[in-house]
Amino acid sequence: MKAALILENGDVFWGKSIGGTDTRVFEMVFNTSMTGYQEILTDPSYAGQGIVMSYPLIGNYGVNHEDNESSRPWAEAFIVRHLARRGSNFRCEGTLDDYLKQYHITGIEDVDTRALTKILRNQGSMNAMITCAENFCVEDLLPQIRAYRVSGTVERVTRKEPEVFPAGEDKRFRVALMDFGVKENMIRCLQKRGCEVTVLPAHTPAEEILSGGYDGVMLSNGPGDPADNAEIIAQLRKLYDADIPIFAVCLGHQLLALATGAKTEKLPYGHRGGNHPVMDLAEGRAFITSQNHGYVVRGDTVDPAVAQVSHINVNDKTVEGLRYLRPNCFTVQFHPEASPGPEDTEYLFDRFIASMGGDR
Amino acid sequence: MPKNPNIKKVLVLGSGPIVIGQAAEFDYAGTQACRALKEEGVEVVLVNSNPATIMTDKDIADHVYIEPLNIPSVTQVIQRERPDSILPTLGGQTGLNLAMNLYEQGVLEEYGVRLLGTSPDSIRKAEDRQGFKDAMEEIGQPCVTSKVVEKVEDAVEFAGEIGYPVIVRPAYTLGGTGGGIAYDQASLEEISERGISLSRVGQVLIERCIAGWKEIEFEVMRDSAGNVIQICSMENIDPVGVHTGDSIVVAPTQTLANREFQMLRSAALDIISALEIEGGCNVQFALNPDSYEYAVIEVNPRVSRSSALASKATGYPIAKVAAKIALGYTLDEIPNAVTGKTTACFEPTLDYCVLKIPRLPFDKFTTASRTLGTQMKATGEVMAIANSFEGALMKAIRSLELNVRALKLEKLEGLYTDEIEELLSQVTDERLFVVAEALRRGVSPRKINSITKMDIWFLDRFQSIIEMEERLEKGKPDELTLRLAKEMCFADSYIGKLCGMTQAEVKALREEYGITPSFKMVDTCAAEFDAETPYYYSSYEGENESIPQDTGKKKVLVLGSGPIRIGQGIEFDYCSVHSVWALKRLGCETIIINNNPETVSTDFDVADKLYFEPLTAEDVQNVVELEKPWGAVVQFGGQTAIKLAKALTDMGVRLLGTSSDGVDAAEDRERFDEILNQCGIPRAKGKTVFTTQEALDAAHELGYPVLVRPSYVLGGQGMEIAYSDRNIADFMKIINQTVQEHPILVDKYLMGRELEVDGVFDGEDILIPGIMEHVERAGVHSGDSISVYPTLHVEEKHKETILRYTKDLARAIGVIGLINIQFILYNDEIYVIEVNPRSSRTIPYISKVTGVPIIDLATKVMLGQKLKDLDYGTGIYPEADYFAVKAPVFSFEKLTDVDTGLGPEMKSTGECLGLAETYPQALLKALKGSGLKAPKKGGRIIITVKDEDKQEIVGIARGFAEMDIQILATDGTCQALRQAGVEATRVNRVSEAHPNILDMIQSGTVDLIINTPTRGRKQDSDGFKIRRAAVEHSVACVTAIDTARALLTVRELGRSEDLVPVDITKI
Repeated sequence: MKAALILENGDVFWGKSIGGTDTRVFEMVFNTSMTGYQEILTDPSYAGQGIVMSYPLIGNYGVNHEDNESSRPWAEAFIVRHLARRGSNFRCEGTLDDYLKQYHITGIEDVDTRALTKILRNQGSMNAMITCAENFCVEDLLPQIRAYRVSGTVERVTRKEPEVFPAGEDKRFRVALMDFGVKENMIRCLQKRGCEVTVLPAHTPAEEILSGGYDGVMLSNGPGDPADNAEIIAQLRKLYDADIPIFAVCLGHQLLALATGAKTEKLPYGHRGGNHPVMDLAEGRAFITSQNHGYVVRGDTVDPAVAQVSHINVNDKTVEGLRYLRPNCFTVQFHPEASPGPEDTEYLFDRFIASMGGDR
Repeated sequence: MPKNPNIKKVLVLGSGPIVIGQAAEFDYAGTQACRALKEEGVEVVLVNSNPATIMTDKDIADHVYIEPLNIPSVTQVIQRERPDSILPTLGGQTGLNLAMNLYEQGVLEEYGVRLLGTSPDSIRKAEDRQGFKDAMEEIGQPCVTSKVVEKVEDAVEFAGEIGYPVIVRPAYTLGGTGGGIAYDQASLEEISERGISLSRVGQVLIERCIAGWKEIEFEVMRDSAGNVIQICSMENIDPVGVHTGDSIVVAPTQTLANREFQMLRSAALDIISALEIEGGCNVQFALNPDSYEYAVIEVNPRVSRSSALASKATGYPIAKVAAKIALGYTLDEIPNAVTGKTTACFEPTLDYCVLKIPRLPFDKFTTASRTLGTQMKATGEVMAIANSFEGALMKAIRSLELNVRALKLEKLEGLYTDEIEELLSQVTDERLFVVAEALRRGVSPRKINSITKMDIWFLDRFQSIIEMEERLEKGKPDELTLRLAKEMCFADSYIGKLCGMTQAEVKALREEYGITPSFKMVDTCAAEFDAETPYYYSSYEGENESIPQDTGKKKVLVLGSGPIRIGQGIEFDYCSVHSVWALKRLGCETIIINNNPETVSTDFDVADKLYFEPLTAEDVQNVVELEKPWGAVVQFGGQTAIKLAKALTDMGVRLLGTSSDGVDAAEDRERFDEILNQCGIPRAKGKTVFTTQEALDAAHELGYPVLVRPSYVLGGQGMEIAYSDRNIADFMKIINQTVQEHPILVDKYLMGRELEVDGVFDGEDILIPGIMEHVERAGVHSGDSISVYPTLHVEEKHKETILRYTKDLARAIGVIGLINIQFILYNDEIYVIEVNPRSSRTIPYISKVTGVPIIDLATKVMLGQKLKDLDYGTGIYPEADYFAVKAPVFSFEKLTDVDTGLGPEMKSTGECLGLAETYPQALLKALKGSGLKAPKKGGRIIITVKDEDKQEIVGIARGFAEMDIQILATDGTCQALRQAGVEATRVNRVSEAHPNILDMIQSGTVDLIINTPTRGRKQDSDGFKIRRAAVEHSVACVTAIDTARALLTVRELGRSEDLVPVDITKI
């Protein structure tokens, strides 16, 4: 079946329908990872977004039950150059096409994904629509596409009830993990370091967390504009004012920055991929990181009396991490839990363990 | 950390002559690194014995020594130049081993030369089998169960413990020389014995056989601050068991999910961190296709063939960055030259698929075993880039220039399906096509996977190509079908063949449908950042990113020379690159098309624009239609480029220099004879024939011996000297195995002295930079001969004749630019053998020795300038003060079943140069560089020659005997020597009782074998066995009387202690 990808700027790309066939409107972003499409699809941070994969051969190794980063794919739409009809891998349990169909993720293939990437790079993030409709008038659709806004996504993706994950080995710590759209590998990274992980709904009051007897709090990644989460930010301020160790990633990092007086802004087209170099300023070393964010903490708004920029992006020099002056509190913009992407910064979890009193 | 200010003068070692396992990739890496060093204001001293390289140009290094790569000569260079540092990781295994030897023998310490980059300890850990295993064990990286042994008995005992089959890998050898898979004790004994003798340290590794696992490679980089990055991942389509140099390789990996990928990526980075590599490094893994189990196979702590491929596949200049790291920079301080905005500290991400196919030499060595294993056999490779795997595969196949234009070998069509299935289990260079044929016959991918272990994903891609063929076979394609076929990069000609249309009709149809090529950029970052790299590949979809700019400059297209093969080597890349540089200096905009990832010409900053494409007429036309070049240059890219002369003319492109009609006049036998007649130039009498009977008739009329060869060939391909009717019948059968579009030539064979010239002709005047004389008489291919400049035995009158003939021929053919002619001096008369209206193998070295920038002059002439207005005069250029001797280098130890006897068909893979004030010294240097050693005083040689040579060998044997060298000879030769009063000891023939000649060779007590082969292609002859035994036991063996005489000259007159290194920039 033919499908059309209609961009907010009026460009139309024709391709072939894959996955679900419902018409979808979304914020279009591109990801430059060459592996890990299943992890990307199931990363809740993509809620509300349609993903252009810049690597052209997708679906090669199929899908399996181990590589999900959450209970289901959250992306609105999936845009690829070539989709493999059959997956080949010892863990393969099905095709990516069937998987997309199962979860009604609307997709399109046979489009020039490089051209799409260049449009986003040059013109900035924009909304788009995929439709399998035969007849449509682009002009009629544009207002609807332009009006779309990613919102309420944290509420959509967060757990409704707390969930406890046992420590992988001898239990040494109890960690509260705030689920703003958590990736499961974050849980696994904590579990294998001897943490019993209680994943808490995003709107859990700070008092409840502080009285829960946890050794530390981790703030997860998640979707959307961080500034939309005023209620959560207020709770995080209370956590900050207590003395519990805090480690935050991505949206969690942005929310804590907002809670402590800094500002965030939207990047022109975001960082999404597995090859972003980040300089750890304290160690003087650069690391290749996995990234997925459209917003960033503005370095000029960070109060030096509150926090120091600990990491910057080597490419565009944006803020990639903050070390707070308050003890045992540090946050990063990139994804040390990787999955997909390089695992070079997983050592940050060890740092968190150390901040809770464990060995690094 | 910024640059270390104490580094002011750096010694760079090249990799020496081109051999299998070590080709142009080190010229590419070395050139790029030298330029990076110079960019930093560092003075560069270069040593490389290979004169055909760009790195040995005075533009690339400050001091250039074309000297043997051995301890004494490099020590002399160090004494003269006193560099403060040495960069050991650019010259392949040869350069690395030499640098390590210099370090271990205290030379570096004595002269205060520091090793840059990775430390000697780290290199040793990575290179030494046991040391590496221990290091891996320490950091918990799994290696394949294995043991280092120095004795065959220990190998057998260990194999008993772990079970057969086992893999044998010799330590410190090129391309796995001497290794192999042993399936039983007998084969283990044979392979390990050979491996131990070939290893520099007398060690081999016996390891568990994991054949069938996926072979995955990573190119990684580390700096002194400990920053680590992965540059490119590569997956071999041929699973473990085939040397990666002989494997079809795809980048990035295709069948690994993120978990397996990150597991191996992290392992690779952990390994280089533990080894404390500073610079580039290649890590190879085997991955069990059914689990997460993996093993580290090998680590190369230097630039390599894979790093060249990775650089071209990603756009990331590995050698340049590695050189800067060696100077002290960290990755984040080095700019990314491609984007100009980001730094070298990032990981390239691809938005296309890259495929490499090795170029194997079995079209030349028709008798060689085509089986692929752990011993590399490929001489070169092609790379293709496309949006899909299918597209990259189709382009790469076309790039190979093997008369195959699609995933189909016609000779397989005649086989029964069960025969095809049987062939699946044979690992040869043709297996890709066998697999495709099996799929065509309906054999399931699962079944093929169970036999070949090729991943199903790859088989599915082949299947989709075959399904497209079937769709096209239904007749004139609809728009969608044609679009999809073009997206898979099917050639118009192949589509036409399938659907019953002409190539022109297919082109017209797709233009009607609006299906036209668009070019995409290789930018290291999948379009995330704006880039301005002028590096493109074609696709048939979407946006065209290569927008021709009106710069007001004349736009010139330079066609490259494709994959390196025997007969067409690195020298043509030298010529192409120099032509690009000359054109740039003349104010032209330059565009290069080539498909060889190992070369300098495909570095993105050589030409103004680089198109990485097959060199077929259709693929070239796509570029032509977009760029509309003012002119095109075909003289520099060897036969590959010259073959396109007519097609370019038909496209309406102005050929700069000699016209396609001129090319035809030189290559068409009848037209060429006509020209010779006109000019009154004699040549050997000859005939053109098609059938065996015609060949026999011609031979009888001319009288034996005759030379038989196909026309339009490279490097004497298929050329043989026939002495009898039987020879004729044999050769014609071999030649006619491939369909001949052109007639076969039968010429009278003249046994004279062979001379060669390269000339530049501007339409009026000729400039001959130098006349070369071959040591071996006519009958040995010029590429396999030792060649001497200036000539030793050519009288002035003959030089004048050569000048006149060259000028007359150039004028008559219509040459503008280069001409290469081979002459024979026979009975005091000059005959012409062959004329090539193009660049030749000898141009780089003659340019360097004479100081005449031949390519620069030829390019200027092609653009209309006149020699008399240029600085180098006309006529024969004054002879240089130095003798230059070029010696061929062979790779026979890599190719089983190839006869090492020299003849009219070229067999050498590379060459090296000796440069000195006297002929014997130059010869000695050349031979040292080539690895051919003259026998020592008190040594032993074996002589066994054919009857025709018995008289002539006497004088040579006497010479050796007088130098206290013991002569052993087989019966006939022995008698001949004794009769002439030369003392000789009789040695038993192959068929006679032990100990016979083969036992002598195996014993390792013989320094040299002189064996002149009787003609014919018999593999069971004694001579063949002797020659192969010599190769396998690393005993020097010469097969031409004249080469033997040259060795005697060296022994008599050459004195190692007199050798002085020559800086060619000072000539």
